[in-house]
Amino acid sequence: MTLAAHDIRHNLGRFALTAVGIGLLLMIVLGMSGIYRGMIDDALVVVDGIGADLWVVQRDTRGPFAEISRVPMNLEERVRAVPGVAGARSFVSHSIQREHRGEPQRITVQGLAWPDDKGEWLPLAAGRPLAQAHFEIIADESLGLTVGEVVPLGKDRYTVVGTTKGMVSSGGDGLAFFTVRDAQAVQFDLPGEAIRLERAARRARSGDSELGRLSPLLLDRAAQSAAGIPAIGPAMISAVLVKVAPGHDIARVAASIANWPDVSLHTAAGQRDLLLRGMIDKARRQLGLFRALLVVISTIIMALIIYTLTLDKVHDIALLKLMGARNGMIAGLILQQALLLGAIGYVIAYALGGWVFPRFPRRVLIAPADLWALAGVVVAISCVASLLGIWKAMRVEPNKVLS
Amino acid sequence: MKSNLDDPPAIEAHELTKIYGRDNTEVVALRGVSVRVARGEVVALLGPSGAGKSTLLTAIGLINPPTTGRIAIGGVAVLNGPRPLVDLRAFRRRHLGFVFQKANLIPFLSARRNVQIALEINDVPARAARQRALELLDYLGVADRADHLPDELSGGQQQRVAVARALANQPSLILADEPTAALDSHRGRQVMELFRKVAHERGAGVLVVTHDHRSLDLFDRTLEMEDGRLHEPVRATSSSVPGQNPP
Repeated sequence: MTLAAHDIRHNLGRFALTAVGIGLLLMIVLGMSGIYRGMIDDALVVVDGIGADLWVVQRDTRGPFAEISRVPMNLEERVRAVPGVAGARSFVSHSIQREHRGEPQRITVQGLAWPDDKGEWLPLAAGRPLAQAHFEIIADESLGLTVGEVVPLGKDRYTVVGTTKGMVSSGGDGLAFFTVRDAQAVQFDLPGEAIRLERAARRARSGDSELGRLSPLLLDRAAQSAAGIPAIGPAMISAVLVKVAPGHDIARVAASIANWPDVSLHTAAGQRDLLLRGMIDKARRQLGLFRALLVVISTIIMALIIYTLTLDKVHDIALLKLMGARNGMIAGLILQQALLLGAIGYVIAYALGGWVFPRFPRRVLIAPADLWALAGVVVAISCVASLLGIWKAMRVEPNKVLS
Repeated sequence: MKSNLDDPPAIEAHELTKIYGRDNTEVVALRGVSVRVARGEVVALLGPSGAGKSTLLTAIGLINPPTTGRIAIGGVAVLNGPRPLVDLRAFRRRHLGFVFQKANLIPFLSARRNVQIALEINDVPARAARQRALELLDYLGVADRADHLPDELSGGQQQRVAVARALANQPSLILADEPTAALDSHRGRQVMELFRKVAHERGAGVLVVTHDHRSLDLFDRTLEMEDGRLHEPVRATSSSVPGQNPP
């Protein structure tokens, strides 16, 4: 057993408490990395999983994850006609807030292009993909819904047929996958009275126009369902997802669509980049700054503890010097204690994090790279923290032993 | 182990002066002190408080260099005034042993480890150091307390461990500063007997600062200091150093 270990055993209580404190700080540092990784993973879960090569969105917008994008449903047919396109699907994404078991519940509604996309690509934790065009949903476990549960949304009731794990939006809201039609129904649902008022308003507007006065049949039409009026288009969708046929150049297909004046086009990589740089970047910087502060605080606390432990040993250090101990041996004693403190703190951070992080409301994803990086940081801050103690020890004169 | 006249003396100090402070605050602690202690000789250094005993001891112990004068230990010139002629820390490691009024054991190390550390500092491998530490503790009659921490030992046992530590590297010189002050007369005498035994059996020179006049019969010589000056010899006591003192 080394000199450092003997000293630690002698001051076990204080050392253990310090190690726990350092461990908790390091756990938060680790957690910050994990939250950032979790945010990235959450943000990219749909973009990466849905398997689109290109995203066609409203002109000059950055796509449904960044802002509101509205394109007509028939855009899907136009895209299909482009040479090199193997398939095109409508995509709807929007957020709603409802109550579930008395608690507010935020849901990010995702519309899948039935029947081409039934959600087979989703990592199901339970249940099955969508099997019918309406009234079925696949919900993430974070929403607290279970297979078989019926959820009333708007005027309809939807049955949960499958659940996923870890499918949340970049904002941390659980994803719920509907067919596009159902997603639109949820998005554009209006109360009966609002519909009746809108129909009356349409009839009044038509009645005021010359066309309405000349064509009474048109007035009748204006008072009916919007879907039956040719002049009113169907509900808008958020984007059209494009799959390029094998052997075709994605860039060439993209160039063809990008020429259209009513839409903008993003590649899957571009969509990822927009998500990461646009939505996550500030959070990344904020978390990074917080992490840096915690590392500095940990270093200062470690340095003070190591310095205090060194002050307690000034007499012993003087004695060692009197006996002829080399500076390396004395510095080693302090450095070993700092490294041991850091190592124990690291293990506590890892073990405690493994227990605490899954209980966080948002996903905390710990990657091996983060563990290695933290290990490097711990070694570095242990070395830095020991400098103050070593400086003090080097200044101790051997004749101090006589005082 | 007996000393030989041809052996270099354990200590040979010439005209040591030590001045603390400067100008108005100047204090002269040593005034041209010369002292010689042979190997195997046990010498007591007496004197009132403030006479300069501890200053002389720390100067010879290479931890508080004199302002002027020369010191040679075991025939090696080590200090010329404040200027070191050798690596003082390394020299202390190999050639000097210290015992103090308090045992000054490292509180977080067992009795054995306290002795062993002195050997390990001198690059003795751990296994050999452990063996030698146990032998020394046995020699000093505290082997049964080897695995106890210092605060589990009596004052006399602690002081024996401190002596064992001082002996660990077979130093040519042992310096002791009032080593029996914290002990009762019986234990104090036991420690003084130990120094005598060590000096005569192992050939180390021993210089002991003491106020304990009851054990003076155990010293080969007695020196007395007053006001920074050494009076030597005051009287010869017992001796077993051949050729130097009568039996």
